[in-house]
Amino acid sequence: MNQMRAFFFVVNTNGIGEFYKRINPNNMSFLFDSFKGWKQYCLDKDITLYDSVIEYEMTQKNKKEADIWTGLGKAYQVMKEAVDTGLQEDMTSRSGMINNGAKKVYKHPLSVLSPEFQRLIARALAAKEVNSCMGRVVAAPTAGASGILPGTLYTLQEIHQLEDQKILEGLLVGAGIALIIEEKASLAGAVGGCQAETGSAAAMASGAMVFCLGGSIDQIFNAVAITIQCMLGLVCDPVAGLVEIPCVVRNASASAIANSSAQIALADVSAVIPVDECIEAMGEIGASMETRYKETALGGLAATLTGQEIAKRVLIQDIEILPDEELPQ
Amino acid sequence: MGSKSSVFDMIGPVMIGPSSSHTAGVVRIARAAIRVLGGSPENAVITFYNSFARTYEGHGSDKAILGGLMDFKTDDPHIREAFDIIKERGIQYTFKSIGNASVYHPNTIKLVLTKGAKTIEVIGESLGGGLINIAEVDGFNANFTAQSHTLIIKAQDVAGAIAFISNIIAQEQTNIATMSVSRKGKNDLACHVIEMDSGIRATTIDYLKTIPWIKDLIYIPDIDL
Ligand code: SF4
Repeated sequence: MNQMRAFFFVVNTNGIGEFYKRINPNNMSFLFDSFKGWKQYCLDKDITLYDSVIEYEMTQKNKKEADIWTGLGKAYQVMKEAVDTGLQEDMTSRSGMINNGAKKVYKHPLSVLSPEFQRLIARALAAKEVNSCMGRVVAAPTAGASGILPGTLYTLQEIHQLEDQKILEGLLVGAGIALIIEEKASLAGAVGGCQAETGSAAAMASGAMVFCLGGSIDQIFNAVAITIQCMLGLVCDPVAGLVEIPCVVRNASASAIANSSAQIALADVSAVIPVDECIEAMGEIGASMETRYKETALGGLAATLTGQEIAKRVLIQDIEILPDEELPQ
Repeated sequence: MGSKSSVFDMIGPVMIGPSSSHTAGVVRIARAAIRVLGGSPENAVITFYNSFARTYEGHGSDKAILGGLMDFKTDDPHIREAFDIIKERGIQYTFKSIGNASVYHPNTIKLVLTKGAKTIEVIGESLGGGLINIAEVDGFNANFTAQSHTLIIKAQDVAGAIAFISNIIAQEQTNIATMSVSRKGKNDLACHVIEMDSGIRATTIDYLKTIPWIKDLIYIPDIDL
């Protein structure tokens, strides 16, 4: 019996997963491999996208449903607090590069587009500034992108007078989107560039917004596809290696793109390239990106003249260099 | 095939910025180290290596490590005021930077902590996403994640020690996730590091401490609780 079990284990890890998936179409552990599979799963079982995410968390992560809702409620609370903190308290980073930008945008008398858009941008900046200034945030999906879901969802809730519960369901949809991106591409700037961080967060936000406004599964996935199309290729080039420039302003631009994509998708304008293929393109671009564009602070904005000057100023210069023979071990 | 992430890896963790490897991971290294010491230190010498050597100030890793030494959790907003709070508590500390320790992981921190007559040395690595590896404890290879419950036993190198220890743990109905043994020299002390899925009772720990060939025992329950 033990031998049998060992045999099955080996077979499964050797890539017979595809076969196993076909004979077990309802197997949860394969749910977040693709958007196509996610949709099929929900249609087959006649459940909503967020139901399937709850089910995943309960069956795969042994969580209780009540705890999942509590956790989401806490996360959304922290997101809203981050927005408010960033708009009220002093937000100056140790390097000085971040200096209360969100408040200035929020209070500026001239709205470029509309007061709502102005608030959207200010809020995304605010939550991200809190992150840069050692305040409390929700990494969603990462710390570098922690202003995008707060900025977009806070503003959507305000404009459309949505219940908190609706937003929490939207967060679950966003989590499902991120699970697939993580599986098919990456969520880390060091692996896939900034498209993987702010791009993924924008995709989560866009899908969540279309969901909250009553969009269909196809519209939600289309919003994800369009957002990814807009964010493809973005490199990770933080000045001095700090999560400040350009990270903070990219949280604002990604929030704007999440909104434009949601608007396009809700009108049933097709992304043409299916969402799974868009994510694959993102993975392919990330894989071929040079390492100087992957959080190493060696390329792009970090490598500019000013970027290097700032690095010289904020990084510790007075460090000990060991003589070779004293290397530990 | 790695196990898949949770919803709360996507919407979370709730953390203090700016980055999980420079704050959350660093706080957790310190939280693990003070459990090795058995409480907050009176004096701490903190060395940042390699990539951390230049960037620790800009990323606030200095506040993160001090916060962790005072047992702040990874999402505690007080981390921001760690310098003021540690001064009030009278804990002495020194920071050092070493730039080219090529044998170490890029984001490595060494902590030498003193409390009363006891001094310990812990080397921790921040692996990203808040995950850590405690690479060394007092010069022994340790390599544990501090994600579960960890037992560190320094013992004389007697025959049957591994079987004896694992038997005792088996009585506790907990699974051993990883177990490793390292020695400094022949017939010297051996260091057993055991990561377990759930905690063990205080009586069991007390019993293990009475075994004559066990010289030192450190129990580190889940550091995030
Ligand atoms: S530039 Fe790099 S560090 Fe900054 S948000 Fe983008 S991925 Fe994160």
